[in-house]
Amino acid sequence: MEWRDCLKNPDNALTTEEENIVREIIEIRVNDVKPDRNEVLKNQCIPPDIEPSKKTEILFKRAMDLFLETSHPKGIVSEISIPEFEVVYSGEGLNEKKTPLDEIFRKADNLALFVLTIGNIVSQKIDELFKVNEFALGSMLDSVASAGIDKAADSIENLFFNLLSKRGKISPSAGILRYSPGYCGWHMSGQKKLFEFLNPEDINITLLSSYLMKPLKSISGVIVVGEKEIHNFRDSYPFCSQCKTHFCRDRIRSLFRESKHTNKKGGI
Amino acid sequence: MDILKEISEKLQLGDDEKVSVFTKQAIEEKIPPKEILDKGLIQGMDIIGAKYKVHEIFLPEVLLAAKAMHAGMAILKPMFIKEGIPSIGKVVMGTVQGDLHDIGKNLVGIMLKGAGFEVIDLGNNVSPLKFIETAKKENADVIGMSALLTTTMPVMKRVLDLLKEEDLCDRIKTIIGGAPVSEEYAKEIGADAYGYDSANAVEAVKKLVRNEK
Repeated sequence: MEWRDCLKNPDNALTTEEENIVREIIEIRVNDVKPDRNEVLKNQCIPPDIEPSKKTEILFKRAMDLFLETSHPKGIVSEISIPEFEVVYSGEGLNEKKTPLDEIFRKADNLALFVLTIGNIVSQKIDELFKVNEFALGSMLDSVASAGIDKAADSIENLFFNLLSKRGKISPSAGILRYSPGYCGWHMSGQKKLFEFLNPEDINITLLSSYLMKPLKSISGVIVVGEKEIHNFRDSYPFCSQCKTHFCRDRIRSLFRESKHTNKKGGI
Repeated sequence: MDILKEISEKLQLGDDEKVSVFTKQAIEEKIPPKEILDKGLIQGMDIIGAKYKVHEIFLPEVLLAAKAMHAGMAILKPMFIKEGIPSIGKVVMGTVQGDLHDIGKNLVGIMLKGAGFEVIDLGNNVSPLKFIETAKKENADVIGMSALLTTTMPVMKRVLDLLKEEDLCDRIKTIIGGAPVSEEYAKEIGADAYGYDSANAVEAVKKLVRNEK
């Protein structure tokens, strides 16, 4: 049984499977991960207050069509306890001494590990486009695919949130955010333990010795559900000075700005 | 209108077909290939680069212009080879070993070609030895390295160590870039330059080949 199936009717009573979901492979419809135009244009470094050129609009439309043709989103999600996650998080012992996530996950109500991919065909298509000098379309497709994988992660978060709501485990002041190895002090090598826990090889995601996932357009991490306040941290950790984006600020702000858990920015 | 100006303007519009047509016409008019390149194609790309810098245009327009540049270069290149005309510099570039991210490196390569450099793109997952051996074989002026992972950044240092071991640091300059890379890191490992984006990388490579700081 898939999460998607068991969440079709959120008002129905929980089945035994819903009460005890441990690990699930989820197929996601590509239309459900169709990225927002603004997110794609942001990836192309086009500011939101700028009206893109006609040529850019045409490229965007062509890239979106290619994305829908070539993407096959699927993922694995698994609930995990705090002590279990402590083992995954500690990874190969290479994390920064103090990290936001280290403090956040211990205060969480619920945790779920996830890994997602949109497959390798889209990456192959991007390579092909560059090889035939279709740079603009290739670059646009890359931006669509990156925004698409974030959207897929959003949809997994929503499923988890809905599942917990159905179980009556969500407080009105709960917030949900995801965190990934390679960001905010959680070392990339954390991927190793995460892979041991989830076995993403079942959906053809493999880990290179550099801890890079293949297919490239894949994302992994932990979904943390708890009081919104637990996600609130200051970007004053020693490694924050090296960060070029400070996306964490937008994510935290959006969590407090919105009444629902959805429609926030992607993960870190 | 002056044919070279036509080439420059069509290139700026990203009209690769017209750039091809006008480049061929310029050759028929006996304009030297180097002049077609400098006053037509590169002049057009320079304007594109300047507009991109001040956010008058954005990445898609730059890449459409780059495609037009390639269309013109495809016609001129055999003539350069035949006449032995050198490029303004030769760059060997790639994404370092363990890393498969190509896009940023590709964009820099496209922009470098647009500026008149000869680019030998080794692709991704490139070993330190491959960088060095190719740079030596091709008599390259610059090695450009890209990394998108903190775990693969040390490969850049290995390339620099190898260059030092072979006493090639004066002859072959280095530039690094990628999301986790910084100017500080470039200094720390002894790279000659850091490119924070593609336009900036091209400027930095120009300075390196001119031996400017």
